[in-house]
Amino acid sequence: MDTYKTKKVKKSIAWTVAFVLAIFWLIVSIFPFGYMLMNSFKGRFEIMTSGVFTLPESWFPANYLEVLQGDFWKYFLNSVIVLVVSLAVLLMLAAAAAYPLARMKFRFGKLCFSLIIACMSIPIHITLIPIFRMTTKTGLYDSIWALIGPYVAFGIPISVFILTGFMKDIPKEIEEAAMLDGCGKFQAFFRIILPMSKPGLATLAIYNGVNMWNEFSFAYTLTQSASNRTLPLSIWEYKGQYTMNTPMILSVLTLTVLPMILLFICTKEKLIEGMSAGAVKG
Amino acid sequence: MKEQNKMTLAKQRSRDTNRVATIFLIPVCVLLIIYMLYPIVDTFITSLFQWNGISADKLFIGIENWKELIVDKDFWEAFLHNCVLMVFSIIIQLPISIALATFLNFLGKRGGIFKVIWFIPMLMSSVAVGFLFQYILATNGGVISMISNLFGGGNIDLLGSNKFALFAVLGVVSWQSIPFYMVYFLASYSGISTDVFEAAKIDGATRGQYFWRIALPLLKPSISKAVILSLVGSLKYFDLIFVMTQGGPGNSTELMATYMYKNSFVNFNMGYGSTVAGGMFILITIISLVTMKATSGKED
Repeated sequence: MDTYKTKKVKKSIAWTVAFVLAIFWLIVSIFPFGYMLMNSFKGRFEIMTSGVFTLPESWFPANYLEVLQGDFWKYFLNSVIVLVVSLAVLLMLAAAAAYPLARMKFRFGKLCFSLIIACMSIPIHITLIPIFRMTTKTGLYDSIWALIGPYVAFGIPISVFILTGFMKDIPKEIEEAAMLDGCGKFQAFFRIILPMSKPGLATLAIYNGVNMWNEFSFAYTLTQSASNRTLPLSIWEYKGQYTMNTPMILSVLTLTVLPMILLFICTKEKLIEGMSAGAVKG
Repeated sequence: MKEQNKMTLAKQRSRDTNRVATIFLIPVCVLLIIYMLYPIVDTFITSLFQWNGISADKLFIGIENWKELIVDKDFWEAFLHNCVLMVFSIIIQLPISIALATFLNFLGKRGGIFKVIWFIPMLMSSVAVGFLFQYILATNGGVISMISNLFGGGNIDLLGSNKFALFAVLGVVSWQSIPFYMVYFLASYSGISTDVFEAAKIDGATRGQYFWRIALPLLKPSISKAVILSLVGSLKYFDLIFVMTQGGPGNSTELMATYMYKNSFVNFNMGYGSTVAGGMFILITIISLVTMKATSGKED
């Protein structure tokens, strides 16, 4: 009985410690975000006089309204265009490549697969100078279109890898039945394999989407003028415009983060799953 | 005759398959060649020139750049910073994320709120994280300074100090990356059957015993993969450092990637910048291959 009791006490102590640590980490995770949100509502001088730990005097989103009336939507649109086009091209091409790799036996198939996978480990900075020169030569430099090529290319290895695994699990019989009905390989791809790969494509859309939306190195190197910046990079433009106005910059930061937070609230588990898919399978 | 027919039919079919497969694979291969293969080759070629990347004034100097790189103190110091980042990333991020994942795994569905909030740092772009922490770590009115003032310590200038800047950035990097490893280990946990835990429970094992004696050994392959991910990630790290300190103060937070960027796009010395990029590529490849060999050897 005694050992049972001590065991129980030990257990509850362990859980208490675990919860205290868990809550501590909760604070660590959310604090910077809360700091940003809370202070973004303050006035320019309010933050200097009252400090950063107090609640704002009013929750009226004056800073946000000012930002939203400016160039914000232009940057937002730039980001959306780059994201939508890159994602559409990437998913289409990756699915097309994964199809023969997963479901056909052909010469060099295995070699081709391992070469594509090997590209996963290429650091982007070794390609930065040549890609910069390519974009200046082709006249794409300093336009959002310059970003699409690199974004698609660097999304390919992981996408092909995950989709190939996914397509391998689609039962052979379905495709064979369609072939017997006179369906060609191309039709089989568009009518059967592609629709059946939807869950895999959704995971990849999330994984690549978040990465593209937040991408920094290419966006910073391949665009230059303010009108061609993507949303995350627009902070520099605002920083020039609102020097020393910390709350204003914090409201810009909140607005650039907001789309991802909203997406997260809508998709929760799916997004977490998508973000870990890249690492777990890779 | 019949036999021969069959043969040609089979041949015909395999030729068809080859043709179809090629058509499906061509776009991807073309893109990979344009944006990865060619750039790698081009980087090594450019590294043999003295060139600003724009003018026609391109001087072939052979391996002079490489000779310079080998004795370039700044480059090796940057590499050292990468190594510091690497070591501390592994010993800080992985244990914390394993602990978080274990906690979530024990709580199951009830841990939802923890999981959601712990995940949030991962959603923010590096640029946003960098700027945000510049304010939080600011000397005047930053959070750290304010806390220090509360205890009478005066303002603290973490990002402006040669000694602490790298570690301050390391903290921010960890803050941003831990959620990633957390969901990674959470996914690895889901690979362990619940039967294993049930069986251990029936045998009278506590959760602690289960973790140390059963779960941790089962997670070993995932852990060694995470080590490699973290290692490669630290060696090519760029975003946050570039946003927060630009390698400064002095060159106390300079990394290989920021050094390469400065040489190429700030000083417009693309020849030498390419050499740095090439050196970085070689170092990353060697280190990751060696680690992969070492960790895969242990598993056998």
